[in-house]
Amino acid sequence: MDILAGSVAAGLLIGLVFALVALGLTIIFGMMDIVNFAHGEFLMIGMYTALLTSQTTGIDPLAALPVAALVGFLLGVCCYFGFVKYLLRGPMVAQLLGTFGLMLLLRNLALLFFGSEDRTIHEGLLVGQSFEIGMGIVIPATKLAAAVLAVVAFVGTWLLMNRTKLGRAMTATALNRQGARYMGISTERMNALAWGIGGATVTVAGALLVNFWSVTPFVGLLFTMIAFAIVALGGFGSVPGAFFAGLLVGLITEIPGFWDFFAYITGSSWMSGISMTPFKYTWVYLAYFLIMIFRPRGLFGWKS
Amino acid sequence: MIPAILEVKDIKVRYSGLPVVQGVSLEVRRGEAVCIVGANGAGKSTVLRAIMGSQPPFEGEILFDGRPVRGLRTEAVVRLGLVYVPEEKMLFRPLSVEENLKLGAYTLSDAGRIAGNLDFVYDHFPRLLERRKQPASTLSGGEQQMAVIGRGLMSNPKVLMLDEPSLGLSPLLVHELFDTISKLKEEGITILLVEQNVREALEICNRGYVLQTGRVVQEGTGAELLESDTIRKAYLGLG
Repeated sequence: MDILAGSVAAGLLIGLVFALVALGLTIIFGMMDIVNFAHGEFLMIGMYTALLTSQTTGIDPLAALPVAALVGFLLGVCCYFGFVKYLLRGPMVAQLLGTFGLMLLLRNLALLFFGSEDRTIHEGLLVGQSFEIGMGIVIPATKLAAAVLAVVAFVGTWLLMNRTKLGRAMTATALNRQGARYMGISTERMNALAWGIGGATVTVAGALLVNFWSVTPFVGLLFTMIAFAIVALGGFGSVPGAFFAGLLVGLITEIPGFWDFFAYITGSSWMSGISMTPFKYTWVYLAYFLIMIFRPRGLFGWKS
Repeated sequence: MIPAILEVKDIKVRYSGLPVVQGVSLEVRRGEAVCIVGANGAGKSTVLRAIMGSQPPFEGEILFDGRPVRGLRTEAVVRLGLVYVPEEKMLFRPLSVEENLKLGAYTLSDAGRIAGNLDFVYDHFPRLLERRKQPASTLSGGEQQMAVIGRGLMSNPKVLMLDEPSLGLSPLLVHELFDTISKLKEEGITILLVEQNVREALEICNRGYVLQTGRVVQEGTGAELLESDTIRKAYLGLG
């Protein structure tokens, strides 16, 4: 039983972080129909930012969150004004290949500056701590903190988008660019803001992850793919969709745990003979694949 | 004489290479209601979009409050107080009526003024008050037209430009709409109206311009134009 409960708990916790990872991708897509292939690289930069800030200044990695948010915001805004703005004038192919190029650039810059070796955080307030929450479930403190703070960041962003004038203006631009201009809303500024918020949320997610996930310049691809799966599942452009799809994808990554559980209760020897752990993310991509075929607008799609 | 708040001098606009507006001049004075009438495709709406900078002219001059606005971005023109009410499909459909109206006041920051303007709009369009919480997409055609006009009024425009507001409305609603526009005019709002409903438009406006294939072919006071033979023949179906 504790395998099952443990898997569900772990899946939901990481799912909350995944939701934050995907949030920026869905906001940017909802705003200007552009798919940012460099999204995972933004996350990687967030991981390095938190890691290096904490290592050079000695502050706790969690205290480096605001630094990561600021770096992410500036990165997003700079990418928009320096690059994406021009891509938007081109055809769809240019946009796809453009952000793909951005991904390669950021990844190789990271390789140049940080080297290819795995880096992990060894010291921190929560690193190595864990607690038992009953039913035999033990949860590492870093994961719990990451999940809680991811929810805080997610809800904060949602409030910004839905309860402030600026957020309303962004929604208006996403719904009808020309209509929004007639209200006096600058499309350029809203686009830049979407990239800023998208960048800040994903770098914060990276800073949360780095407490228990080692970072290399190549870590981004996995998260880009996870974010794509979540955004496809939740509906391109949907913020609540990203939240629930994030949880779902978190649970999907725990399929190995569920597999072991069923092997145990059914006593099936062939099931217990196979380890699903190496295929952890295969199920995520399979889900992505099926969604794209059968429900291309996602489960909660709002933009047609 | 009251000086013109909006002056358009010999603008020319191309749309996908074709000359749609071929030298139009007009002016609107403070407190006036002016209409541009003409057949479908005469370039009436294009003149408004040229003023707004969303379909920029390649020649000519546009002065608003004495300053040139040709070449400004749409949102900058709006900030100056020149507000364009587009067709109703420019509503933010999933957002509520009130959210749509509040977006109309985006250029204002004084909460008290925004609340006052909201009251003003609800006073003129009580139906919008009833439906304030509903998504704009659930409104009827007539109500959507009220919502776009109301939204345009939310920022205290110096000039309100209405682009074919009667399009797609039933005769009864068209009548109501012109009553409302006429009321707004009485309250001192400066209006530039583009219409295909030539008679109603000329009846409520101080002055009018008749556009034909991108050129002004006739201008005068509403009464003058209503009396004119060419107008009576071409647009009013009278001999």
